[in-house]
Parts: sequence; C-alpha cells; structure tokens
Amino acid sequence: MINTPDISITPVPPGPGEKAAKAHRFYLNLGPQHPSTHGVLRVILEMDGEYVLDPQPDLGFGHRMHEKMGETRPWSQFFANVGRMDYVNAMAFNHGYAALIERAAGIEVPRRAEYIRVITAELNRLASHLLWVGAFILDLGAFTPILYTFDDRESILDILEDITGSRLTYSYFRVGGVMKDIDDTFISRTRAFIKQLRDRFPMYETLVNTNVIIKNRMTGVGVISPDMARRYGVTGGVLRGSGIPYDVRKNAPYSVYPEFDFLVPVGKNGDSMDRYLVKFAEMEQSLRIIEQALDKLPEGDFRAKVKRIKLNPGMTSFSVETARGELTFFLMGDGSDTPYRLKIRVPSFSNLSVMPELCSYMLLSDLVTVMGSFDLVIPEIDR
Amino acid sequence: MHELIPIIARALVYAIVMIAFGFVNALVMGYLERKIAAKIQRRPGPMEVGPYGILQLVVDGIKIIGKQLIIPKEADGPLFRFAPLLSFAPVVLPFIVIPFSKELQAKDFSLGLLFIVTIASINVLTIVIAGWSSNNKYSLFGAMRSVAQNISFEVPVLLSILCIALMTGTYSMQGIVQAQDTVWFILIQPFAFIIYFIAGLAETNRNPFDLPEAESELTAGYHTEYSGFGFSLFMIAEYANMFLVCSIATVLFLGGWHGFKLPFFEYTGAFWFLTKVYVLMLVMVWIRWTFPRVRFDQLLNFSWKYLIPFSLVNLALTAVGIKVFESVRGMI
Amino acid sequence: MSRYFTDLYYGAKSLMLGMAVTFKAFCRPTVTVHYPRQKIDITPNIRGRLFLVKDEDTGTHCCISCGRCARECPTGCIHLKAVKKEEGKGKDLVQYEYDYTRCSLCGSCVDVCPKNAIDFSNAYELVSFDKTDFHFNLLEEVEK
Repeated sequence: MINTPDISITPVPPGPGEKAAKAHRFYLNLGPQHPSTHGVLRVILEMDGEYVLDPQPDLGFGHRMHEKMGETRPWSQFFANVGRMDYVNAMAFNHGYAALIERAAGIEVPRRAEYIRVITAELNRLASHLLWVGAFILDLGAFTPILYTFDDRESILDILEDITGSRLTYSYFRVGGVMKDIDDTFISRTRAFIKQLRDRFPMYETLVNTNVIIKNRMTGVGVISPDMARRYGVTGGVLRGSGIPYDVRKNAPYSVYPEFDFLVPVGKNGDSMDRYLVKFAEMEQSLRIIEQALDKLPEGDFRAKVKRIKLNPGMTSFSVETARGELTFFLMGDGSDTPYRLKIRVPSFSNLSVMPELCSYMLLSDLVTVMGSFDLVIPEIDR
Repeated sequence: MHELIPIIARALVYAIVMIAFGFVNALVMGYLERKIAAKIQRRPGPMEVGPYGILQLVVDGIKIIGKQLIIPKEADGPLFRFAPLLSFAPVVLPFIVIPFSKELQAKDFSLGLLFIVTIASINVLTIVIAGWSSNNKYSLFGAMRSVAQNISFEVPVLLSILCIALMTGTYSMQGIVQAQDTVWFILIQPFAFIIYFIAGLAETNRNPFDLPEAESELTAGYHTEYSGFGFSLFMIAEYANMFLVCSIATVLFLGGWHGFKLPFFEYTGAFWFLTKVYVLMLVMVWIRWTFPRVRFDQLLNFSWKYLIPFSLVNLALTAVGIKVFESVRGMI
Repeated sequence: MSRYFTDLYYGAKSLMLGMAVTFKAFCRPTVTVHYPRQKIDITPNIRGRLFLVKDEDTGTHCCISCGRCARECPTGCIHLKAVKKEEGKGKDLVQYEYDYTRCSLCGSCVDVCPKNAIDFSNAYELVSFDKTDFHFNLLEEVEK
C-alpha cells in the first residue's frame, strides 16, 4: 500500500509551533494555466528558496466523464469518445477499444485489416513522439525544434487525413476491421515519408541530442530506480529508460506484432536523458515496423461483417502499447449492448504518480525537465 | 549667461536624439528579430501590416500605448511605476560616449569606458525593484535569479575590457578606436572578444541565459505584472542594452568606425559602425533562437569556473605580452 | 584536469554545429502556407459536415427513413420525420434536421446507413456569429 500524504485542495499554512521552523518556506502554484504544453494540471509546490520540497499534483480540471458515457451508451457509440481522451495518440485508443469488443464477442479480424491497423497505429505513434520531442525541448527553452518536428508531423497528418478524414482525433477503427481501405497513394506516400524522416534524424541529433546545454540539463536529473518504477506501476518510455525492457508489443503481443522484427530500446541510468534517448530510438523502430508491414501487406477484406453484438456478462480486458505506456481497457458486460462498466487504465496517471516521491528536494528547473520527460498528456489522466 | 544657451541647446538636442535612437533601435531590432526568428523556423513572420510587415512594430507600439496600465492592489505603488523608467535610463545614458564616427559623438570623456560599465550595472537594481514591487512570487524569483546572474557575469566583462585598456593605455572610447587604425584588436585578442561577447549576452538576459524571464518555468519572470507601456519600456530597454553591449564590442575589438571609404557615401564612419553593431546583434538573435536555457546553477558554474579563469589568464598574458612587445620595440 | 578542456572543446563544437543547423534552415524556403491569401488543395476525403447524397437518376436523395442514423448517433444530433407512403411499402422523408453544433464527425451514421444516403462533405470553413446557422435542414438542401 503506497503511503500518500493527505492532499487537500488548498494548502494548509503551518501551525503556530511549526511557524518558526517553516517561516522561510512558501507555496507556489505551477498553476492550471501554464505555458508548458502538458495540459490543465495544477501542481502545488512547497518551496524552500529554489528547491521544491513536496510537489502535489492536483488533477481533475479536464474531467469530461468519458467512462460514464461508456456506461450510458451502447458500445458502438463509444468510438466518438476514444479518439478524444488522448488526442495525440488516438489510434492506439481506437485499437484498444475495437480489439476489446472483438475479444469480448469473439470476432475474427481479417489479416489485411490487422496490417492496416498496425501501420496507422505506428504512424500515429511517430506523430506523438515528434510532438513530444518538440514540446519537451520547448519546455527547456529552445523555440525552434518544435517547429521542425511539427513540419515532419504535417506529412504524417496529411497521409492519415487522406484515408481517415481527420487529422487529430481519429475514429477510424471499427469492430471487425477499419472503416476505409488504404490504396496505392497511401503506400507510396508512406514510403516517401519514411525516407524523408530518416534523412531528418541526423539534423535532430546535431541540433538537440548532442547539444551540451541539453546534455547538462538532462543527465542525472530525475533518476528513477527500477524498484521505484515497479512500485508505482510506470510503463512506457519512463520504465524502459530505467532499464526494464517491458513493452506490451513484445511481452504480451497482440494483433500481428509477433510477425515483425523490431527492437525495444532500453536505457541504463533512469535519468531524463535516458528517457529521452529511448523514445527517440523508438521512432526508428516504428519506421522499421511500418516498412516491414508495407512489404508484407496481404490482400483481402478490410472489414469483417459483424452481426448485432450483445456483450456477454463477465469481464474482458485488452492492453495496448501507446506512445506513453500501457493502456488497458476493462469491460464488464451485462448481457445488453450497453456496458455495465467501462474502465480505462491510462499510462500517464501512473507515470505522474511518481512525481511526489521523485521530485522532493529538487530545483524548479529540474522539476520542469522531469515533467517534460514523462510525456504526460493531462486530458487522458482526467478523461 | 547667454554663453550657456548653446551648451544647453546642444545638450537638449543630444538627449532627444539619444532617446529617439533608443526607440528607433527597438523598432528596427524588434522587426529584424521577428523576421529572422521566423525564417529560422521556416515560416514568413510578420507580413500583413505594410509591405513585408515593416509597419508591424509601429502598429504594436500604438496598440501597447493604448492599453490600460494595470497596477495590482498589493503592489508597492510608486516603486512599481518607477521601475520601467529606471530600466530605460541606464541603457540610454551611455550613448553619450559611444563614437558613432570620427565627429559624431556626444561627449568624449577620458574615462568613457568606465562610465559605461558603471552606469550599466544599475540594470540589476531595476530588475530587483520590478520583481519586488510586483508582490508576485514568480516576479521575485526572476529578480533574485537575475541578481546572481548579473553580478557573476560582470567580472568577465570587466576583465576582458581591462585587457584592451591595458593595450591602448586609455579609457576614452574615441582613443581606443583611433588606436585600431592599423589592425583591429580582435586579431590580437580573440579570446577576450569571445569571453566579452558571451558575458555581455548574459548581462542582457538573453537566451540561453534568460532565466529571469524564463517563459516556460515562471510565466514571465520579473515583468509578469506589467502591462501596456511599462512592459514595452522593459523591452525597449532590453534592445537598447543589446545595442550597448554590441557597440562596446565593436569599439573595443572590431575597429569602431574604421572601414574602407565608400565612393557614393559621405558618412562612411557611421555607416560602418552601425553595420558592425547590427551584425553582432543579429548573431545574438541567431543564438537566441537556437539554444535552450541553461539551468541556474550551471550558469553560475559556467561563469565562475570557465569564464573567469580564462579571462584572468588572458589578462596576465596581455600584461606579459605588452612588456615583451615594448622591450622588443625598445631594442630595435 | 584534461576533462575540463575536453568538456569545453566538445561543448563548444556542439554549439557551433547547432548554429550551423539553424543557419541552413534560415537559408531554405518557408514551408507554411499564407492562409487565407493562399489555400492548399485539401483531399476530398476529409470529414466536413454531413449532407444527403443526391442520386443522379432520381434527382433527389436515396434515404429510406429507416432511422438508423438517428439511433446510432452518440450525441443525438439527427432528427428525422417520415410519413408512410400512400402506395407501396416504405416511408417518405418529410424532415431531416441536423444539428452541427453537437456533431463530433465520428462517422457512425455514415457507416450504418444501408443505402449510403448520407456522407461527409468537404466544407471546413464554416464560420458564423449565430448558433442557429449550424442547424442545417438537409432535406431542403438536397431538394434545391
């Protein structure tokens, strides 16, 4: 049982006896409105000069009751919601939910549809990583890399817009396959994009990875030991940066991932630089998966015919690997077509919960660096 | 009594021209910075107002003058209003001694260099007053950081300026420029130039040393609470400070107003001076849009462990070199 | 002691290389489009607002008023009314109201329609000062 201190909404000033000891400390709000592009998160910091003593995140500013909407609507109407929880990596959420219903109802998905799912999910993962790199370096104070990554991301968004129709909040997957088939222009554009992004990686390495200012700001900052990572249940790039090679695509494979040959980058020290380099290396691995999938793409149906589904009573779950970590959907059916309970376990919530223990007695600049390296998307925490 | 009238009239004209120059410099530099930042980021920049967005800063200035001056209730009233004015004074005052060309200089003090450095260190006081009187924790943070930063980067500035003063034997700005008519001092003292440029960049609180106004950590640092004209005075003072630092670098290292004579143009001295200063300022803009921010303790580390030892060694070598050079010249 | 100098050397070199990267980017052309003075051609597959497809043979819509689109919509933005046909089986569409302010462009209605009567258009520049401008009457629009 994790011992969390009692968090109240407004911080309580010290009592009369403690006043002398704590007189030079003060409270600062890394408030809900903040220039760092994480989302709407309030962190209550008790500060001692430049040092943060005890950061307490205050969540809930963006709660939109998605899980309640899952309970009041039939399962087929939830596809409008899945893309909006984590809008940066909406395909993975689509994948998790569609595969959940397929597992609950025992539906077989055609192989071509599985390949299309993998290709679009990996493209979306690339877009999410590119956005994260840009936003993280923006938090550190450099204003140009974010525009370069957005330039690369535009190509991905154009490719995906051509088949799905949306640029950010996709609701493209359906139970039994995908909504629309891919054609030759998609394949040729994707191949051209893979070559274009591979040519850009040396530029990012020169501008960002080897820069002495960035190396000094990120090495040794926010070291998460493997034991701490296990206790809090962190997943994704944060866990792999600490040395534990856990990736849902390899450890509990789903869809057609076993057919592809890709590596899982793992860091050594668990500091921010390792977390950054691990996710940067994952981009290259995603490119490899897309290349192999395009080479092996089979012919066939892109969507299976699905009869009316009633959700059987009982619990089903399905885990996917998003750009941030392990996402799990839990479904409790009750015989009708509306779930009794739909629970979504998001990776950013567990990643954020490390912060009070990790960031006690740390400089404020380091806190911002650590929060950036976790790759948090607050709307998915608040749902 | 009537002999004083031309003196007073001249002083008034100088004052008005210098203040106007400060504002015009902010106008030009603001536009150039936005355009260059945009080109580095591969987008066009201001394009709407005027051809290629030339009038953008003019319209921005008009907009900012029309804004309401919001003063927080708990802020220290007189100090809060005074801080922007105080920030503008110590950067415009040293324009008196800057030699724009052989004749174009307001007044040539014999201790001109020392005068500039003295007046420019009032900058720190301004930031502290602005941060303190805002009654805002973020502002106070930015102000405290800026004090430590400015104080620790004053030392390399002074030490590298001292090398040049040793070489020429005078503190007068016009004298230093005239001592460079054969060879520019950057060729003799490249390390002093690099140290001075980096330390000067830190003095102006520009990226990568812009912790006092670190945007993504502290909203806006010491000028969080200022709106309208108070804020724009801080910005104008920052650009004028940049101009001051770059013009000192030009005078000391790049030969001031020296340059080959242009056929069509009478005032080549002023032209070359302004060109060199603006090239250095564009390099500062280029640096700003490339690098992230340095962390605070690493900043102080950098100054005390790298810049100051190097500048001390440079000073010692300069002294030795001068002695050797003079004795060699005496022998020949 | 040697680490002091090697750190300095490699640090300075990385900074110079970084500045070279931005200089190269400075010299290349811009990649943005100066909207609204220039527009790019968007693909016809984007999800704009809905519209009833006009069948070339009959000159009007192909909706059979089954009501599946209204039932599938998660937000309930489609309202349709139909009356029984005088002769033959089936219903005639009388009213088809579509409230765009509630639509999330999820595509459930397009997916489930048995006759492909409703589809996404390409209209992405919808701007107005009045909310009622987005309460479209799709039947009127298709019969014009």
